[in-house]
Amino acid sequence: MYVNRRAPHGTIYALEGLEVVLIGAAFDQDVCMVFIGDGVFQLKKGQDTSDSDIKNFSPTYRALGDYDVNRLYVERESLEDRGLAGGDLMELTWEDEDDDWNEKPSIQLVSRQELSDLMEAQDVILNF
Amino acid sequence: MLHTVNKSPFETNSLETCLGLAKSGSDILLIEDGVYAATVGTTVSVRIEETMKSSRVYALAPDLKARGIRPDQVIVGVQLVGYDGFVELSVTNETVQCWL
Amino acid sequence: MKFSIMVNEGPYTHQASDTAFNFTRAALEAGHEIFRIFFYHDGVNNGTRMTTPPQDDRHVVNRWSELAEQHGLDMVVCVAAAQRRGILDADEAKRNGKDGDNIAPGFRISGLGQLIEAGIEADRLLVFGD
Repeated sequence: MYVNRRAPHGTIYALEGLEVVLIGAAFDQDVCMVFIGDGVFQLKKGQDTSDSDIKNFSPTYRALGDYDVNRLYVERESLEDRGLAGGDLMELTWEDEDDDWNEKPSIQLVSRQELSDLMEAQDVILNF
Repeated sequence: MLHTVNKSPFETNSLETCLGLAKSGSDILLIEDGVYAATVGTTVSVRIEETMKSSRVYALAPDLKARGIRPDQVIVGVQLVGYDGFVELSVTNETVQCWL
Repeated sequence: MKFSIMVNEGPYTHQASDTAFNFTRAALEAGHEIFRIFFYHDGVNNGTRMTTPPQDDRHVVNRWSELAEQHGLDMVVCVAAAQRRGILDADEAKRNGKDGDNIAPGFRISGLGQLIEAGIEADRLLVFGD
């Protein structure tokens, strides 16, 4: 489980964290990403860094589905605290080969309680 | 699970996020600036006391000492451990979640 | 028990490297094995031999090099993070056309796959950072 709690751009943790996830995808492990607190901002749609002259890596999240990283859990309470809803997030999808390659959403909104259960079941947790 | 928290609760929400997600029966170890949460008479002392009803809370003694926090300034019930105790906690718990 | 350690911050600015070092040393003293220490984000800055800290303070980089030598530890600096921050060995310097290298003894530069492997192979993975 990769735990993301920081906003993008203000620090490098979101970008370099994503790089770990993409490399890690080659290792055939059971992985998921979790977005809590300011981490939910990483998935906000419409990021445009053109006036800041820093890298806009938000499109990279779209590649996760192709790398079999298709469980992105976003904590509902964190979204609400920040005045966001599911519709404010990028539409990230993956193609389910066991279901006729149907495109499905990768982002799942979960409650704090559900996240707690998920976390407890993990073997390895990485915080960036 | 062993949860470590290294940030002061007055600086960021790491402790609160940890406590909101940690299950009962967890071991929670305060390290580095996280040890400030173990001191008496703060706005988070009650939160720590509540947590101790269902989980065990520890603080890394060298970090308390470095910050001039005396044992009598630590919330009763918070167990002090050294680095050897930190290692031991990570052995006895199946997984370690290091909150940053 | 087999541990892997991840260090996400550089020397001095954060306590992360110190805590990681003290934990690693305590684990070794208790008879445990350290599978790998992986330095990521600004943690790669623990791997430069060019630091000159004040005489009356601990030498964070040398301390890691000495511990690694004493116990045969595998200390890996992430190549992507290192390239961003200018930590290089002779091969990297040659490959990227730089006029020098600065890697400290006991550290080697390698890919993120080493971190994933460290998480898979060890019984416990601890992360020290900001």
